[in-house]
Amino acid sequence: MLEKMDIERLDAEAVNSQKQRQVLYAPRKKIFPKRASGGFRRFKWLIMAITLGIYYLVPWLRWDRGGYAPDQAVLIDIANRRFYFFFIEIWPQEFFYVAGLLVMAGLGLFLLTSTVGRAWCGYTCPQTVWVDLFLVVERAIEGDRNARIKLDKESYSPRKLVLRTTKHVIWLLIAVATGGAWIFYFADAPTLLVDVFTGQAEIVAYSTIACLTATTYIFGGLMREQVCTYMCPWPRIQAAMLDEASLTVTYNDWRGEPRSRHAKKSAAQGAVVGDCVDCNACVAVCPMGIDIRDGQQLECITCALCIDACDGVMDKLGRERGLISYTTLNDYNANMALATAGGTQPIDPARVRTPDGKLAATLRHISLASFLRPRTLLYAALWSLVGIGLVYALVTRDRLDVNVLHDRNPQFVMLSDGSVRNGYTLKILNMIAKPRVMAVRIEGLPQSSVAIAGNEAQGDGTFLVPVEPDRLRSLKVFVTQPRHVADKQVQTFRFVIEDTEGPETKTYTATFQAPGGSK
Amino acid sequence: MHDPHKDPHLDELSGVSTTGHEWDGIKELNNPLPRWWVVSFYACIVWALVYTVFYPAWPLLTSATTGVLGYSSRADVRSELAAAEAARSGYVAAIKAADMQQILADETLRTVATAAGSAAFKVNCIQCHGSGAQGSKGFPNLNDDDWLWGGTPEQILTTIAHGVRAPEDADTHVSEMPAFGDILKPEEIASVATFVADLSNGTGFPEETAPGAQIFAQNCASCHGDRGEGNQEMGAPNLADSLSLLVDGEEAIAAQIRAPKHGVMPAWGGRLGDVTVKELAAYVYSLGGGK
Repeated sequence: MLEKMDIERLDAEAVNSQKQRQVLYAPRKKIFPKRASGGFRRFKWLIMAITLGIYYLVPWLRWDRGGYAPDQAVLIDIANRRFYFFFIEIWPQEFFYVAGLLVMAGLGLFLLTSTVGRAWCGYTCPQTVWVDLFLVVERAIEGDRNARIKLDKESYSPRKLVLRTTKHVIWLLIAVATGGAWIFYFADAPTLLVDVFTGQAEIVAYSTIACLTATTYIFGGLMREQVCTYMCPWPRIQAAMLDEASLTVTYNDWRGEPRSRHAKKSAAQGAVVGDCVDCNACVAVCPMGIDIRDGQQLECITCALCIDACDGVMDKLGRERGLISYTTLNDYNANMALATAGGTQPIDPARVRTPDGKLAATLRHISLASFLRPRTLLYAALWSLVGIGLVYALVTRDRLDVNVLHDRNPQFVMLSDGSVRNGYTLKILNMIAKPRVMAVRIEGLPQSSVAIAGNEAQGDGTFLVPVEPDRLRSLKVFVTQPRHVADKQVQTFRFVIEDTEGPETKTYTATFQAPGGSK
Repeated sequence: MHDPHKDPHLDELSGVSTTGHEWDGIKELNNPLPRWWVVSFYACIVWALVYTVFYPAWPLLTSATTGVLGYSSRADVRSELAAAEAARSGYVAAIKAADMQQILADETLRTVATAAGSAAFKVNCIQCHGSGAQGSKGFPNLNDDDWLWGGTPEQILTTIAHGVRAPEDADTHVSEMPAFGDILKPEEIASVATFVADLSNGTGFPEETAPGAQIFAQNCASCHGDRGEGNQEMGAPNLADSLSLLVDGEEAIAAQIRAPKHGVMPAWGGRLGDVTVKELAAYVYSLGGGK
């Protein structure tokens, strides 16, 4: 009866399988991934929609900052050295937030990989997402796997020329749109869009579009799986990240082997028969061109499409899903031990089934315990710690900052009445998008007087200094002390800068230098 | 895979065919370069040839081909300098039109002039006045408030523009202290030197009956003032303040009285032009000693 089932046997072969390892210089074997359908495929569509949506739409979000700063929600303003992210504005000296986010991304990747394996590769890596997108176009124009293979073998005809040209033109358009979207993160998007189309944009905008167009088209359209296999370091780092409790896409040969193309006949002849009917569906859908039944391998990005393909076949056969599944090495080994009677016998799928044909209850499946391990908990704790630290730093950060540079050449100046003068460059940073007036005074230097170029002191000796929104104001400050008071080589005192309308105050301890000793 | 009987050049160990060349039994494996590499390589060669058509490249006997684009890095620099010049032309015009008070009153103009003056100072002035304008013996410190020829912005401008004892400028500051070695007796010089040294020690003007007071009143006060306060009209230094340009100690003062040394500064107006001199004046004024 099984032979009567409509199981298409696909003529698919892994490009570089263990059994037929090709030489390093072998020309590339083309891969024509078949369309898969199922839960993981739907999940990947969703991820693709979300990631592409974020990428293309975020620069167009607006965020009102009160007229003194750009109203683009996410903007990397390199010319003015500001980074805007919704309600957060980051100055260059606060770049450690970005470094912190990168540390979190790193730890997050460790956490993700040690639990669910190469989920980044399989679902969210731009290479995966764009290759998926390019394959959608390819299938829409040239058809699915068999049609594409046939077309590829044909000699060039007008039809093939039209199909190929259309495909590459659409790929190039997607590539241009990819490069085009990138530049909007660096300037006001609506203005730049008009500038780009009217030829008014900076040359760097066009060259960025050109570069990203080329990389998107070449990586996503032409090189595809070769980028992952030969160029990307991440597959190599996997070896250190995965352990026996990490989820990987696994062919469960403890129930699949021995595979048979004519299961019923073989069974009738008394042979041991596993669940795998060797239909090659898993190979045909693989965008990396591998055979997952060869075991875990560097090329596998764990996109899980082979799971979908195999589940579809199992459904038709009336078998349980999960011949190919997300499994940890621990579970796999336990189940394998069951199927081989502890490794003493060849695989006999009958050992993992109850007499009435159901899968045995003693089989191990994904459990929460595989996620909660000291290693993953440590990653999660570190990740949260950095995150909490960043949030704390962000909430408590200063929006008023002061830097004082003491003149070094000369360090002090003797005046004609014998007094000593020191010069300072006072830099006041108003880090909010509102104009503010700062009250500047000094504390702790007896009998001193202060002069600021272009600014008159108030009655109480403070100076009122207006600072533009989101700007640094640099002031030249002269502090003078009578000679008989300035009897030490170095005295310390404080600059005090107060926001006249808000609670923020900043002090800076500076030194006052004199020749020393009284004359 | 290849059948060794069909391909006589196949190396059995590696499964790769050989080039057919053989040296003492050693054969060369035929592992061709990847096609993308070869394509890139030829593309680079084509690129280089095309480049030589468009850009200066081929050497000739006395020059080189200029390329059809007519590019030259000198022209690039010229246009960049012209662009920079054009960018600051607005400020230059404003500084040219304004007097010193207007420049100092306008924050933007003051900032621009001070920055430009700082740059010009580092090229033209630090050789004598020092990189921090702190001067040295014989060369005035421009940071302090002791001025030979006046410390208002206008006076500073005049001094920079016309120089001091500059032979090339008719309006330059000129004055000369007589060599009192020929006029006064050595003991008179010694006593007036003691008097002048006391002037600047911070204890106030010495008694009128002090030795040297009379000699000072008769010979020195006409230029240096009755109380030694100096006279900026003729560049006569203030002798009563705690700063001195040339000398410290009685012997050095006596030497200056006997055979005075005079500072000289070139007139910069003709060399640097009106605008740069104003910028220099703004910078010197910004050092904090200006009046």
